[in-house]
Amino acid sequence: MSSVPHIDIDHVAKLARLALTPAEKEDFSRQLGDVLRHIEQLRRVDVGAVEPTAHAFPVHNVWAADEPQDGLPVAAALRNAPAQRQNMVAVPKVVE
Amino acid sequence: MADAVCFQTIAVLADRLKAGELSAVELMQAVIARTRAVDPMVKAFNTCDEADALAQARASDARRAAGQARGLLDGIPVGLKDVIAVRDQPLTASSRMLADFISPYDATVTQRLKAAGAVLWGRLNLDEFAMGSSTENSAFGPTRNPWDLTRVPGGSSGGSAAALAAGAVTATLGSDTGGSIRQPAALCGVVGLKPSYGLVSRYGLVAYASSLDQIGPFARTVEDAAILLGAIAGHDPLDSTSFRTDIPDYRAVAGAAPRPWRIGIPKEYFGEGLDSEVAEAVQRAIAFYQSVGCEIHEVSLPHTSYCLDTYYIIATAEASSNLARYDGIRYGHRSRQADDIVGLYEKSRAEGFGAEVKRRIILGTYVLSSGYYDAYYLRAQKVRTLIRQDFLQAYGQVDALLTPTSPVPAFKLGEKSDPLAMYLCDIYTIGANLAGLPAISVPCGFTRAGLPVGLQLIGRPFQEADLLAIARSYEQAHDWHRRYPTIR
Repeated sequence: MSSVPHIDIDHVAKLARLALTPAEKEDFSRQLGDVLRHIEQLRRVDVGAVEPTAHAFPVHNVWAADEPQDGLPVAAALRNAPAQRQNMVAVPKVVE
Repeated sequence: MADAVCFQTIAVLADRLKAGELSAVELMQAVIARTRAVDPMVKAFNTCDEADALAQARASDARRAAGQARGLLDGIPVGLKDVIAVRDQPLTASSRMLADFISPYDATVTQRLKAAGAVLWGRLNLDEFAMGSSTENSAFGPTRNPWDLTRVPGGSSGGSAAALAAGAVTATLGSDTGGSIRQPAALCGVVGLKPSYGLVSRYGLVAYASSLDQIGPFARTVEDAAILLGAIAGHDPLDSTSFRTDIPDYRAVAGAAPRPWRIGIPKEYFGEGLDSEVAEAVQRAIAFYQSVGCEIHEVSLPHTSYCLDTYYIIATAEASSNLARYDGIRYGHRSRQADDIVGLYEKSRAEGFGAEVKRRIILGTYVLSSGYYDAYYLRAQKVRTLIRQDFLQAYGQVDALLTPTSPVPAFKLGEKSDPLAMYLCDIYTIGANLAGLPAISVPCGFTRAGLPVGLQLIGRPFQEADLLAIARSYEQAHDWHRRYPTIR
């Protein structure tokens, strides 16, 4: 962490696949700067020997019987697709 | 008469349905009439399907006539926050991203409510993708507090709390990631319960922060919350974080005779920022427990001041990952302005998400990004361990912790325009999510301006039965839950 937290908004927006307007970039930079300054206080906590917690009650080795089951019918799975053709989701061309 | 029915509890209505004094169709008709009368002002419902609800009610009456009634919830109208999937019904998360989405399947809680015979009524408004504390972040407009229409109902499950408080439904479900059930329950004067993490299946819940999200009930009384919890709790193979534990008859144990509980008062929850009228109401509740023979202990949760920051790192990190699925490809909003595939992702997300969702995705992406992961995300996970240890240590000494639910009563719409000020609304509720603990908000009074105040009790992991019993002993000695708002 640097002493003056700052989000490189263009870089992060690109990572997040989010097109932001110039006004959004300015607002979010300022607002998230405030949030990051607040978050700076976490640096005061001694976490040297502390294990991280990902879940409050981790459940390990969750197995399911390998039994075939019906999935969603094609029509139901495609019902919410923005575009479809021949039982497939239609997307813009991704290869040259 | 019709309005009186709309404010009755599940427990009372179940008796009346059983006795044949009332039919499920009559009850549903009264609820529909009440919803039509009040929702243009309160705006708690995103959508509701009157024909479908009446068909469910007719089916309930037919079961009862055939001697096949399914128990207390058969014929009872239950509303769902619009992040819980109901097959063939809209599921919007109050987002433009999912404005036209129709759910292809039922959430596990939906299936369990259907199996119990409940009449599912309405898709209830929320802060978009459950991100917020006021229900102002909805793409379909804010919900208003039935006690004062110029004020917010809290959030993110504001629609679930407000619809119930307004008499437009008998009970509801919400989801709670950082306080999204308890805080609106407090601000609207109803009971709200966040179960232990893993007690209720998350299958079919629109994901926000998966290690924190839990579905739970809103109800008029602790007894009703116990009834609803009993219907939705229990292991589910479709949720791999679902926890195997015995599910008692919550209603029966909550109604058992009061015991001399040991109640802890965490001193860190009564500091700066706590409204004086909220503090007074909570102090009176502490005095009540003392007067009935409970031991009151001051305890310390030393890492409390780090809860908010820890939460906003973990929750936004998980959100940035969970919301990556909204890319305009398989479902959800697709931009018409894009020329290539990356542009399609970026523009679909830009057009589909509102400002708060974008803010949290940006923050979450940042704390997970190369060079910052250890400093923010990993450190927050370690502080989470310390926060959890604080709670577990306190439970060596006490059975439950008692705190205010929200530092302030319902605030005005538009009052908290600064994101950080809004985030501070959750300061007393976040700890239970980070530690995975069950917690309940119970009405404990009103401010001089007539706004409800809520009391929070935080219990031991998977000891919902004790938590409900402690809450019910307070409720039975008070009548705050019998007051209803005049909506104008």
